[in-house]
Amino acid sequence: MGALKEFWHKLGSPRWFFQISSGWVTGFGWAAGLLIATGVVWGLGFAPEDYQQGNSVRIMYVHVPAAMVSQSVYMGMGVAGLVLFVWKMKLADVAIAACLPFGMVLTALALFSGGVWGKPTWGTWWDWDARTVSTLVLLFLFIGIYALREAIEDEEIRGRASALVAMVGTINIPIIKYSVEWWNTLHQSASFTLTEKPAMPPEMYLPLLVMVLGMYCFAGHNILSRMRLEVLRRERRTQWVRTMFTEDNAV
Amino acid sequence: MIGSLFRRELTVLLRNRANLVNPLAFMFLGILLFAVASPAQGEGRVLYAPAILWLIVLLTNLLSLDGLFRRDYDNGVLEQIYTSADVPFMVVLVRIIVQWMSTGLVMVLLAPVLGLLLGIDGGDLLIVVMALLLGTPALSFLGAVGASLTVGFSRGGVLLGLLVLPLYLPVLIFGASAIQEQISGAGNTAQLYWLGVISMLSLTIGPLAATAGLKISLQMQ
Repeated sequence: MGALKEFWHKLGSPRWFFQISSGWVTGFGWAAGLLIATGVVWGLGFAPEDYQQGNSVRIMYVHVPAAMVSQSVYMGMGVAGLVLFVWKMKLADVAIAACLPFGMVLTALALFSGGVWGKPTWGTWWDWDARTVSTLVLLFLFIGIYALREAIEDEEIRGRASALVAMVGTINIPIIKYSVEWWNTLHQSASFTLTEKPAMPPEMYLPLLVMVLGMYCFAGHNILSRMRLEVLRRERRTQWVRTMFTEDNAV
Repeated sequence: MIGSLFRRELTVLLRNRANLVNPLAFMFLGILLFAVASPAQGEGRVLYAPAILWLIVLLTNLLSLDGLFRRDYDNGVLEQIYTSADVPFMVVLVRIIVQWMSTGLVMVLLAPVLGLLLGIDGGDLLIVVMALLLGTPALSFLGAVGASLTVGFSRGGVLLGLLVLPLYLPVLIFGASAIQEQISGAGNTAQLYWLGVISMLSLTIGPLAATAGLKISLQMQ
């Protein structure tokens, strides 16, 4: 407990974060590289074809991780918003700023890969399926915060405003997801039973798991890297950043 | 304190009738445009009636939200409230409730007329009233969060829509579904309960977040 508290307090220092996170970025980077490489080779090369969908089922190995991680990134933004609001930790705003572009691109990737997958399996690029709709709403939630951040000039106000929206959005996500699922069952749309994930054989399930883990590590790597850059940008006038770069130049 | 707050807000509302009348005119105009644009007649139009009704309710609410805090923000009243009031939350809550009365409640009262215009029959109109009564508070409470954060921009309208409309989705789904199921003769108590739940939940989140949002916006000045 004591160590956790100390860690928490240290997170308040951008300098400490910058130094400690260097190792995390490397760790996540390697883990992501290994896992994704394994998952891609396994999923695209060795996993069996689906007896109905054939090879197109392999799109799943990109689509599912992207969709899962993009939701987690939004939830992470909500948590960062809470931290910013309650403890006024500046690093939380840096985290929100870092999560936004990554989450947006990942959500767009999930929608795009879903369309590519939908064409051979459902026969259409786009259908208003429950998960499609909630992913699209997620994209709009990301875009809303992004637009708000663009509109506010002052850095501190921008952080607090986006933290508030992220929190409200995070509380609403379960309701939105539930209501969209309700709506879809009422509409009795075509039976896309694949989205229900029936008993998938382990030969297909395991590479998917590897890909999901890899995508999470990639998210950690990407977001932490963005946070480090942002910390440097914000602290550019401080002594420790200056000395760090002059030392680097001297070597 | 609450009584005097209500009196003040209601007086301001009644003295400035445009706030009350303009959204209504917009609403009827929207329905008129739909009726003209829609190729369907009679039965076919009823099929789309719940969706169009809720869409217009959503957009009308969005339009009026833009002015929710703007006047008080521009003339400095809001700043006075935040420096002097013991609980700014109460002021914000009363403000939102009065905004709901000027849009949501008026829509509820006019719901039978709106329903008739869209071709919904006599008995089903009661459900239209119920759905609007249970659903519209959520629109005002959730929308207030967006309004509180965009009040500092001179042109916050589009941004307000971008922030708020995704949050309106559950209300739209359950609201439209409640009326649809009524027309098609299926049960709809679950939808009505859910509308109530969403309104209650947004009552707990919305005003609180809007109070925090206004505080942020006041720093922007």
